[in-house]
Amino acid sequence: MPPANAPVTDPEELRRRTRALLAAHDPAATGRLDFLRARYDAGLAWVHFPHGLGGLDAPRSLQAVVDAELAAAGAPDNDPGRNGIGLGMAAPTILRYGTEEQKKRFLRPLWTGEEVWCQLFSEPGAGSDLAALATRAVRDGDTWVVDGQKVWTSSAHNARWAILIARTDPDVPKHRGITYFVCDMTDPGVEVRPLRQITGEAEFNEVFLTGVRIPDAHRLGGVGEGWKVAQTTLNNERVAIGGQRMPRESGMVGKVAATWRERPELRTHGLHQRLLSGWVGAEVARLTGERLRQQLAAGHPGPEGAGMKLAFARLAQELSGLEVELLGEEGLAYDDWTMRRPETVDFTGREAGYRYLRAKGNSIEGGTSEVLRNIIAERVLGLPAEPRTDKDVPWKELAR
Amino acid sequence: MTDLLYSEIEEELRSSVRALLADRCPHQGVLARCETPEPYDRKLWQALARDVGAASLAVPEEAGGAGASVREVAVVLEELGRAAAPTPYLGSTVLAGTALLAPEPGDGAAELLAALASGERTATLAVPLSTAPGAPFPAAVRADGAGALTGTVTSVADTGTADVLLVPAVAGDGPGLYAVDTDAAALTVTPRTSLDLTRPLADVTLAGAAARRLAGPGDAPAALERALLTGAGLLASEQLGIAEWCLTTTVAYLGDRRQFGRPLGSFQALKHRLADLWLDVAGARAAARYAAATLAAGDPDAPVAVAVAASHCGELAVRAAEECVQLHGGIGMTWEHPAHLYLKRAKADQIALGTPDRHRAALAGLVDLPAPAA
Repeated sequence: MPPANAPVTDPEELRRRTRALLAAHDPAATGRLDFLRARYDAGLAWVHFPHGLGGLDAPRSLQAVVDAELAAAGAPDNDPGRNGIGLGMAAPTILRYGTEEQKKRFLRPLWTGEEVWCQLFSEPGAGSDLAALATRAVRDGDTWVVDGQKVWTSSAHNARWAILIARTDPDVPKHRGITYFVCDMTDPGVEVRPLRQITGEAEFNEVFLTGVRIPDAHRLGGVGEGWKVAQTTLNNERVAIGGQRMPRESGMVGKVAATWRERPELRTHGLHQRLLSGWVGAEVARLTGERLRQQLAAGHPGPEGAGMKLAFARLAQELSGLEVELLGEEGLAYDDWTMRRPETVDFTGREAGYRYLRAKGNSIEGGTSEVLRNIIAERVLGLPAEPRTDKDVPWKELAR
Repeated sequence: MTDLLYSEIEEELRSSVRALLADRCPHQGVLARCETPEPYDRKLWQALARDVGAASLAVPEEAGGAGASVREVAVVLEELGRAAAPTPYLGSTVLAGTALLAPEPGDGAAELLAALASGERTATLAVPLSTAPGAPFPAAVRADGAGALTGTVTSVADTGTADVLLVPAVAGDGPGLYAVDTDAAALTVTPRTSLDLTRPLADVTLAGAAARRLAGPGDAPAALERALLTGAGLLASEQLGIAEWCLTTTVAYLGDRRQFGRPLGSFQALKHRLADLWLDVAGARAAARYAAATLAAGDPDAPVAVAVAASHCGELAVRAAEECVQLHGGIGMTWEHPAHLYLKRAKADQIALGTPDRHRAALAGLVDLPAPAA
C-alpha cells in the first residue's frame, strides 16, 4: 500500500474519494460552507495541490474527474468568479513562497471563498513599468509600516486580504528593492475608494495605504526578492487564460452570431464579411487554446500561452464593436450607466454596448497588449531587448 | 477532442523530409532551375515519393500504400512549404491520389493509385488550380461515345512531371473522371508563365485524346469534391510551412542586421509586428492540424475545419511573406534572395483551391451565418 501522502494519479481513486466525500457530506443536507471545507480537507479542492493543503499531489488534468462527479451530484462550488485573484494568483504564490504556517493559515479560507483576496500591485506611477512602484514599506521591529497608493484593484471592497508589493530599499535598482507581503485589508490605514470605469460601474478601486502595519510573519519570500515572487503571480495570471476547453462559438463571437441569426433585417454585406472573418479568428483562437491545452496535458507546455490573451483581447474588441454597429439604432442606446460595484465580472454579460466598452479593458488589464508583444518578441522569438537606461540606476535616482 | 499535436512518427517523417530537402533542394538550386524548361527536379521527386515514401502515406495498405493518413501528408506539405520546394506532391499525391481513392476506386483507378503510391507513376488532376471545393463539376471537357476527350483546361498544376492526367469531363450520360496518358496523341500541354516559380502551371488541350473512364456519373462528382476539399485543407499545412520559414528567417535577420548602432530586432515597432505574426502562425498550426485531423478521420466537421484553415492560413502565408520582404529591406527585393520564392508561392497558394474569401462564403452556409437577402 502506498504511503498516505503519495501522489494520487489514478482517476478511479479520485472518483472513489469524491464519492466518499459525497456519501459523508450529502450536499442536500450539508451547509454550503461545511461542504466546501470538507471538500478541501478531503484533498479534492485543487487536486494538484499538496496533501493537507486541499490537494492530493495529483496531476492537474484530473481535476475534471472530481468536478464532473461533484457537478453530477449537485454539490455547491466555491464560486470562483468571486475570488479570481485569490484562486488564480495569490494561492499559487503562497504555495510556492509561503511558510508552512502561512499556507495553513491562508489557503483553506481562500479556496472556500470565506476570505476574498485582491492584488495591490499597480500604482498611478507604475503601470506597465510595475517595478518602478513607489509604495514604501519601512521596517519597525517585527512589523513593516506601509505608505502609498495602489490602483486598478478589483475586489478591494470585498477583500479580506491583499497580495502587496512595496519598496523596501530605494537605494538599489528598482527590481531589487521590492518585497512581497500579505496585507490585511481590515487594517485602519487601508482606505478603498471606488474607481468608476467607462462602463459606468466600478469593478476597480483606488487603495490608499497610510501607516498600514504588516507583521513580518506576513512577508512572502525574502526581503528585496519581491520582484521574483511577483513573477509567479503574474505568470499564473496569464496561464489562467486559455487553460480551459471552450466549445465553438463561446464568448463574444457567440453573442454576435446569435444577433446575426435572430435579426435578418440588420444584415449588410460589409458586416457579413467582417463577421465571417471574426468567426474564423475566434475558431482559430479556440483551436490554438485547445492545442495549448493538449501540449500541457502531454507535459510539453508550448509558448502559445503568452499569445492567448493577446488574441482574446483583439477578438473581443473586434466582435463587440461589430455587434454594436450591427444593431444600428439600438446600438445608440446603453442599458444602464448607474454606478455599481459588481462582485464578479462577466465580459459577455449585459448588453452589446456594455460588452463593447468592457472589452476595451481586455488589452490593458493583466499586461497591456503592447507589453505582451514585447514579451513574445523577446522571450519566445529571442529578439534583442530595447536599450534601457533604468536597469542599473538606484530607484531613488530614476526620473519620475 | 481531436488530437492537434504531432506524433513521434510524424516528427520522424518531418525530419526525413527536411533532411532530404536541405540536401537536395537548396534555394540557389530552385532559383537556377525555375527559369529552365524543367523547374521540377525529377530525382528529388523520386527520392521524396519512393525513398521517403511520401506518395504512399494516405493510401491504404490493401491498395498498395503505407496505410497512414492525410495527417502525415500534411506534415510533408509543411516541409515542402518551408523549403518552397518544386515537387508535384500537391497535384499527384494529394489531388489525383484523393480523387482515385474516393469513394470506391474501380479497377483502372486502383491500379493507377498503387502506381502513384509506389512513386512508379506521377499524375495530376486536370482542373484550374483556382478551383474551390463546392464548385460545379467542370464542363470544359467533353467525352464522346468512345471515351475520347475534347476541350481545354487552363492553369493546371504539376503537369510537367505527370505521366497521367486525371481529367473531369462530361459525357452523354453525365460527369466522369478520365485518365489520359500525357504522351497520348491529340494532347497538348502549353506551359504558362506563372506567378509562382515553384509550382508552374500549364494549359491542357485535348483534341479527341484517348482516355479511360475511371469513375462515372455515380462517383465522379463526389470523388472530385473530396479531392478539392482535401487539397484545400492540406494546402493550409503548406501555407503554415511557408509562414514559418518567413517568420524564422525574418527573426534571424533582424537579430543580426544592425542599423542606428543596434540590432534592428530591438526596435519595438518591428518586434510588435513579428509578435503578431508569431501569434497568427500559432493559430495556423492549430487550424491546419485540425483540418488534417478531421479529413483523416472522415469527421463531419471537416468542411468547417477546411474553410477555417484555408481562410486563416491562406491570408497568413501571404502576410508572412510580405513582412519577410519588407523587413529585409532592399535585399528582400532582390532576385538573389529567396524571399520572393515564398511571396510568389504564398500569393498563388492564396488563390489555389479557393481564395480565403470563397472559403468564408462557404463557411457562411456551413455554420448558419447567412448573407443578407438582397
